[in-house]
Amino acid sequence: MKKLQVKQLETDVLIIGGGTAGCYAALTIRENAKAGVIIAEKANIKRSGCLAAGVNAINAYIVKGQTPDDYVDYAAKDADQIVRGDLLLTMSQGLNRVTKKLEDLGLVILKDDNGDYVARGNRNIKINGENIKPILADAVNGLDQVQVLNQVNVIDYIVQDNQILGAFALGVEDECFYIIKAKAVICATGGAAGLYKPNNPGFSRHKMWYPPFNTGAGYAMGIRAGAEMTTFEMRFIALRCKDTIAPTGTIAQGVGAKQVNSKGTVYETKYGITTSERVYGTVKENQEGRGPCYLRTEGITAVQDEELKKAYLNMAPSQTLKWLESGKNPSQQNVEIEGTEPYIVGGHTASGYWVDTKRETTIKGLFAAGDVAGGCPQKYVTGALVEGEIAAKAAVDFIANQAVSDRAWDEAAHTKAKKNQVESILNHENPIFSTAELEEAMQKVMDTYAGGIGNNYQFNEKQLELADEKIDQILTLSEGLSAADMHELLFVYELKERLIICKSVIAHLRARKETRWHSFAENLDYPEKSAAWLKYVNSKQIDGKLTMIYRDLVKRGETFEHRN
Amino acid sequence: MSIAINQKTCVGCKKCLSVCPGTLIKLNQEGKAFIKYPKDCWGCSSCIKECQAKAIDFYLGADIGGRGSRMQVEMKADQVIWKITETDGTIHVIEINPKASNQY
Repeated sequence: MKKLQVKQLETDVLIIGGGTAGCYAALTIRENAKAGVIIAEKANIKRSGCLAAGVNAINAYIVKGQTPDDYVDYAAKDADQIVRGDLLLTMSQGLNRVTKKLEDLGLVILKDDNGDYVARGNRNIKINGENIKPILADAVNGLDQVQVLNQVNVIDYIVQDNQILGAFALGVEDECFYIIKAKAVICATGGAAGLYKPNNPGFSRHKMWYPPFNTGAGYAMGIRAGAEMTTFEMRFIALRCKDTIAPTGTIAQGVGAKQVNSKGTVYETKYGITTSERVYGTVKENQEGRGPCYLRTEGITAVQDEELKKAYLNMAPSQTLKWLESGKNPSQQNVEIEGTEPYIVGGHTASGYWVDTKRETTIKGLFAAGDVAGGCPQKYVTGALVEGEIAAKAAVDFIANQAVSDRAWDEAAHTKAKKNQVESILNHENPIFSTAELEEAMQKVMDTYAGGIGNNYQFNEKQLELADEKIDQILTLSEGLSAADMHELLFVYELKERLIICKSVIAHLRARKETRWHSFAENLDYPEKSAAWLKYVNSKQIDGKLTMIYRDLVKRGETFEHRN
Repeated sequence: MSIAINQKTCVGCKKCLSVCPGTLIKLNQEGKAFIKYPKDCWGCSSCIKECQAKAIDFYLGADIGGRGSRMQVEMKADQVIWKITETDGTIHVIEINPKASNQY
């Protein structure tokens, strides 16, 4: 029998995930309180999360002449109104503050002769984002009373009577089972990649837009613990450079390249320019025989060629490598584009925890920030930082108002059950299926029946019903998985997390009986949008069953707070 | 896989192991780094930035059009030097000032 060594830790605030939002939450707590902090990070905060390779620009900033309300309007329009006005506004109001803080920490931001940031369009500013994550990590590593646990992966919350008490985690390198008790928890795990069959399913299967290591652990733990979740049907599909899956915005906005089809016709005006419409237009042009589609870069200058190569080295070096080894600069060859597989990611669309303006979830003492928090799309990096800040301040307030006796729990029983579950996976023998095989099965089901790339992102009710049935079968099979070591154990947990999220995505896609966003949620049985669906589709697991909840929109000027 | 680790050049410093966002790199019995889960690499280039022994090459998989060129990078305080070597030996060097913003 393989047994794991147990490590017990206790802190005031546990931050799960040391990415963009998590690191900023730690910085904020230290600036505002004496509370102790543990960051549990599955990799290493120096290069973990979305910012590992760098980032191309600050995409959420209130530039001169714009207001936070303008940003709210923009995001609401892009998501066709299925957003939380209160969350968007509180986020938008902090964007410039956190940007200044990032600059103070060492981020290079382009300025004009007057010392003002140089805008790229209405909401963006230009930076050198290659080292943005090391900058944040250095700041966090320099803090007192902030313990960073690198390569420690949280697998489940400890919740009793709907109050968070801490979390269980696996130390992949030190081979330990962690019990981390905390007075408040901030979930900042990011969104979910790897639910659907990816663009390049073979050797380069992880050459994807979103970090493949963001498996949606935060969503899955919340769903299991009975937290209310919102808008999982608003999937995110990125429009990207073909093969390298590198960003397109830098080319489109940087050198003004338009989307064109193989005939050279600019097609974006035909379909619209919201995020989902840009993807949809590209899909339709291909479906109707006018593919492939491109960003029209032919004819840009030699200087622009060189600047693009440098810009991509600072955030997606694969693209520069591709230009160099193909022997053709972007000025000589248009850049082919494609949509990615769908992701669930609350920093771009609105999927995630149903939170109040303090970013508290429906579980007491559990806060959510960044891609894992719902209702507030178009966050990008700076929005995630603001949410880290808001959640951190709220967690500190929560602790101050909490009586110690409220936190009693049956530690022995909780811990024993979880540890047994973990060790049983290490001790299963002779399984028929491997984790990799079940992951492939899951991605194929989602691709075929729940609107993946292979089905042009479209689905109908019958397909969704089949998807649900088949994911259930894979969930049952996943109970028999085994792991020979800690890393394989992590793979088993990641797959189970993804399967739980697949169930929620399918349930949400089935619930919204309209097509509000092409490609993101395109239901062929209900191809039109309807004013009757100007509402949130939420869900909550009650007695093991996912139950749908429909809520009225919280518009600009209104706020939503939890009742107790 | 989009990285290749040269076992002869690797000094076993473990910096790449520690920084990989997927913790995909491990040490073998000779104390040299190797990528244990090649298909799980994201291609983020964090490891090549850490490797002072220049033992790690970054490349594009053939399934995404890769032609076998190898990329490395040297991180200095005032200069980031990217070097791409094509299969015929042609070398491209791009120097970036980390204090300069992207123009786009």
